[in-house]
Amino acid sequence: MPIHIIDRRLNPGGKSLENRQRFLRRAKSLVQGAVKKTSQERDIKDVLEGGEVTIPLDGMHEPRFRREGGTRDMVLPGNKKFIEGDYLQRSGQGSAKDSGPGEGDSEDAFRFVLSRDEFVDLFLDDLELPDLAKRKIAQTESEGIQRAGYTMTGSPANISVSRTVKLALARRIALKRPRKDEIEELEAAIEACTDEDERAALVARLETLKAKSKRIPFIDPLDIRYRRFETVPKPVAQAVMFCLMDVSGSMSEHMKDLAKRFYMLLYVFLKRRYKHVEIVFIRHTDRAEEVDEQTFFYGPASGGTLVSSALQAMHEIVRERFNPSDWNIYAAQASDGDNSYSDGELTGLLLTEKILPVCQFFAYLEVGEAGGSAFDLSDSSLWSLYERLRNSGAPLSMRKVSERSEIFPVFHDLFQRRDTAQEKAAP
Amino acid sequence: MKERLFEGADWDFHTLQRITDACEEVALKDLGLDVYPNQIEVITAEQMLDAYSSVGMPLFYKHWSFGKHFAFHEASYRKGLMGLAYEIVINSSPCISYLMEENTATMQTLVIAHAAFGHNHFFKNNYLFKQWTDADGILDYLDFAKNYVMQCEERYGRIEVERTLDAAHALMSHGIDRYPGKKKLDLRAEEKRAGRRRQHEEEVFNDLWRTVPKGAAKSRSTLSIERRRKLLGLPQENLLYFLEKSAPRLAPWQRELLRIVRHIAQYFYPQSQTKVMNEGTATYVHYRIMTKLHEQGRISDGNFLEFLGSHTNVVFQPEFDDPRFSGFNPYALGFAVMQDIERIVTNPENEDREWFPDIAGKGDVMGVLRDVWANYRDESFIGQFLSPKLMRHFRMFHLHDDPEERAGIRVDAIHDERGFRRVRRELARQHDVGFIDANIEVVDVDLSGDRRLILHHHVIKGSQLNETDAKRVLQHLADLWTYDVALIEVDANDKVLREYVVSPRPIAAAVA
Repeated sequence: MPIHIIDRRLNPGGKSLENRQRFLRRAKSLVQGAVKKTSQERDIKDVLEGGEVTIPLDGMHEPRFRREGGTRDMVLPGNKKFIEGDYLQRSGQGSAKDSGPGEGDSEDAFRFVLSRDEFVDLFLDDLELPDLAKRKIAQTESEGIQRAGYTMTGSPANISVSRTVKLALARRIALKRPRKDEIEELEAAIEACTDEDERAALVARLETLKAKSKRIPFIDPLDIRYRRFETVPKPVAQAVMFCLMDVSGSMSEHMKDLAKRFYMLLYVFLKRRYKHVEIVFIRHTDRAEEVDEQTFFYGPASGGTLVSSALQAMHEIVRERFNPSDWNIYAAQASDGDNSYSDGELTGLLLTEKILPVCQFFAYLEVGEAGGSAFDLSDSSLWSLYERLRNSGAPLSMRKVSERSEIFPVFHDLFQRRDTAQEKAAP
Repeated sequence: MKERLFEGADWDFHTLQRITDACEEVALKDLGLDVYPNQIEVITAEQMLDAYSSVGMPLFYKHWSFGKHFAFHEASYRKGLMGLAYEIVINSSPCISYLMEENTATMQTLVIAHAAFGHNHFFKNNYLFKQWTDADGILDYLDFAKNYVMQCEERYGRIEVERTLDAAHALMSHGIDRYPGKKKLDLRAEEKRAGRRRQHEEEVFNDLWRTVPKGAAKSRSTLSIERRRKLLGLPQENLLYFLEKSAPRLAPWQRELLRIVRHIAQYFYPQSQTKVMNEGTATYVHYRIMTKLHEQGRISDGNFLEFLGSHTNVVFQPEFDDPRFSGFNPYALGFAVMQDIERIVTNPENEDREWFPDIAGKGDVMGVLRDVWANYRDESFIGQFLSPKLMRHFRMFHLHDDPEERAGIRVDAIHDERGFRRVRRELARQHDVGFIDANIEVVDVDLSGDRRLILHHHVIKGSQLNETDAKRVLQHLADLWTYDVALIEVDANDKVLREYVVSPRPIAAAVA
C-alpha cells in the first residue's frame, strides 16, 4: 500500500490569522475596553508591549442547548469505603461534583494574548486617532546612510583602496604581468653573462618583458572600485521626554488620567520614531522635583503652584544630562491652569529663553473635569500667559482637554509642524 | 532479530518511512487490520494549534469562533497550562495523520501505530462511520464549503453570512439525523447538486412570474392537524434540517449554509458516540504493534521503556477523589476493556464463562476484537463487554443524586455481585448521546395563524435547559424562522414545566 509522507512544516504559517482578525473585529468593543483598562494599570513605558487581556465571555459566548439540574446518576472509579445504601453529604463530597473547575472559569472570562501591534492599534483607536495620524506614527521619517557594497563609478573620495588593489593584483596575475623582481633578476643575469649569443637572447627577453609590463598597467581604470552608500530610513537615535505636571490639590484623578493618556500617546509616538526614549518626570507644586512614575501619578503632594519651578528644574536637568545636540527633547506639560500671578513673568521668560530653543516640541495640556463647561468661561492664568507667548511667535502647542477623545488634536499640531518644516526644507 | 528501525530520539523522513512500513507489516499481517491508504504529514506546534481551532480539519470555512478558540488554545499553550496532542487524525480517505515535529522517534512510532493504523481501521470498519460519514468525499466537501462561504460573503456581505452561521452553529448539536433510514451521505454528489440547484434557479428565473396574479389562497385551515404535521415531516428532531426545508423566509444561500453546517455536524456525530471505542482501539493497536516491534528487536529496550512511559500516562485513570479526576478517561477505559476481552478470549475464568458465554475461551482474539470494533458504539460496547473483573479493578460505584433527597447523595450500587449489572448499565448510559443531548424536536407550526414554531423539550430526570443559553439559542432559531418560536419543556407525563417564547430580532438590531 503506498504511503505518502509529507512535510507540512514549511507551509506558510498564520493559517488562522483571518479567523483571529474576525474574532478581534467582533470582540472589538470588549477588547478595547480591556485594552483601556490594561493601559491604565500600566506604566507609560509598557504601553507598547502587547500582552494578555481578559474580556468577559458574555458577548463572545457561543450558546448551545445545555441541560442542568435534575436527578443525576454517575459512575465513578476509585471506591474505597462505600457500600450500597450509604449516603454522602453533598458539601463534603465536592470532588465528584465540580470536576471541571478549569472549564468553569474559562466560561465567564476569556484571557488571550494580543500582539504588540494589535495592542497599540486598539489603544490608538480608543483615542480616536484618525488613520492618517496612525500611519504617521508608524512611519520612520529620518534617513541615514549605510554601506552597500562597491560600484564602478563614484566620487574620488569614495575610492576603496584595498578593493581596488586587490582587483588589480588579480588582473595582473591573470594576465601574467612580469613581476619587478623577475625583471631585476634578468637584468642581473645580463650583467653577469659573458656569452654574446646568450646575452642577446636575454636582452631580447628583457625587452619583451618590459614591453609586456608597460602594456599591462599596474592599476587599470577597470580595477577602481568606489564604496557605495545607500540611504535607509533610520530612527534618530535618542529622545527624551519631559513630563511636567502640576500636582497641587486642585488636580483630580480624572485630570491625572487624562494627562497620563497624553503622556502615553506621546511616548508611543516617540517610541515609533526613536530607538531610545528616556522619560523624565517632574512634578511641581510651589517647588519642583524629579520623581519616578509611581510618585508622579499617585504620590500625594500639596502646596501652592509655581510653574516656573518646574521649568527651572527641567532646564537644569537638560543642562546636566541631556545635551540638546545629542538628544531630541520633547516636553509635555499638564496642568489645570492655576499659577500664582506673580510667577507669570518668570515662567514666560524661562520658557522663551531657555526651554523652547532646545525643545523639538512643547505641548501644554490644560485638563479639566469631565464635561467641564465652566472651563470655557474664562481662561486660566497659565493659559492666557501661554496664549500671549504663542501669539508672539513661540512654538507652543496648547489644548484644553476634558475628555479622552480630545487628546489627539494636540498631536495634530505636532504633525502639522513637522510637515511644514519638511516642506520648507525641500525646495 | 530484525534490524533496528532507529537509534536514539532522532528521526528523518527515511526513518518515518521505515517505521510506517514496519507498523504496516504488523498491523496487516499479525492483527489483520483493514485500513484506508495512509497519508502522514509532519507539522509544527503552530500548525497543530491551527488544526485545533478548526476542529482538526485541514481546511475549513472562516468564522470568528475558530479565531476565538485559537486565541484561547494559544494562550493556555503559551502559559504551559496545556500540552498539545501528539497527533491528529482525520477520518478521510486517504486517512491523514498529523504528527508533531518535536516528537521523538519512539513517539512517532507510537503515533503512527496509534493513528495511522488504530484509528484508521476503526474509521474504515465501524458501522457508525460507514453509515454516517463519507471518508472519500469529506475533504472535497470542506473545500466546497469553504469556497461557498467565501462566495456568499462576497455576494451578501460578511455580517449577513456571519449571522446565519452563528445561528447555525448554535443549533449544530441539533442538526443531526440520529436514526438511519435516509440514504447515506454522498458528499460529492451533494456538492454537485448544490451547484445544479443554483444553476437551475438562475436559468429558470423569470421576473414576469412575479406579476402573474395569484389565485385565491387555498384555505389551509381545512387541513387537519395530523395531515399538516405529516406534510411538514413533523415531529422533526433535526432542527437545522427542518429550517433548511421549511423556514419561510430564508434566502437560498442561507439554506445552503444551514445544509453545510448540518452535514459537518453529521460527519462528527459518530465520533462523539465512539470516543471510548475509538481511543481504546487505537491504544490497543499501538500497544500490540509496539510490543511486537520490540519483540522483533526493531525497537531498543531504552526506546521501549520510553514508549511504556508515555503509554502509561495516556491510560492513566485518576480516582474520583483525585484533584486530577475529570470523568472516565476514554483511553484508559477503552484500552482496559479491550485487553480484558483479550484475556476473556484466551484465558477465561469461570465468572467470565458465565458472563460472556459467546466469546469466553474462543481463542481468536483479533477475530473477536475486529467484530467488536465493527459493530458497537460506546454505549453498547460498555453495556456488553465491561466485565465484573474490570469493575472491581476500577472499583466502580454508582451515585444517585436526587436534589429532593435530604440525606445526601445515595450510593446506589458498587462493584459487588448485586451491583455489577446496575453499575454497568449506568456507565453505558453515561456514554449514550441520546441521554447526553437534550431531546428537542419541532412538533408543530401554526401555519394558518401567526406561524409560530412550536418545539418540545422532553425533560428526562428533571434536568431542564440552562435558561440563559436556551434563550440565546432560541433567539438564533427565531431569527432564522423569522416568526415567533416557542419552546415548551414537558416531562414524561406531558406536564408543562416551562415555556419560552422568543420573537425574531429586526435585522438592524441583530447586526449591532
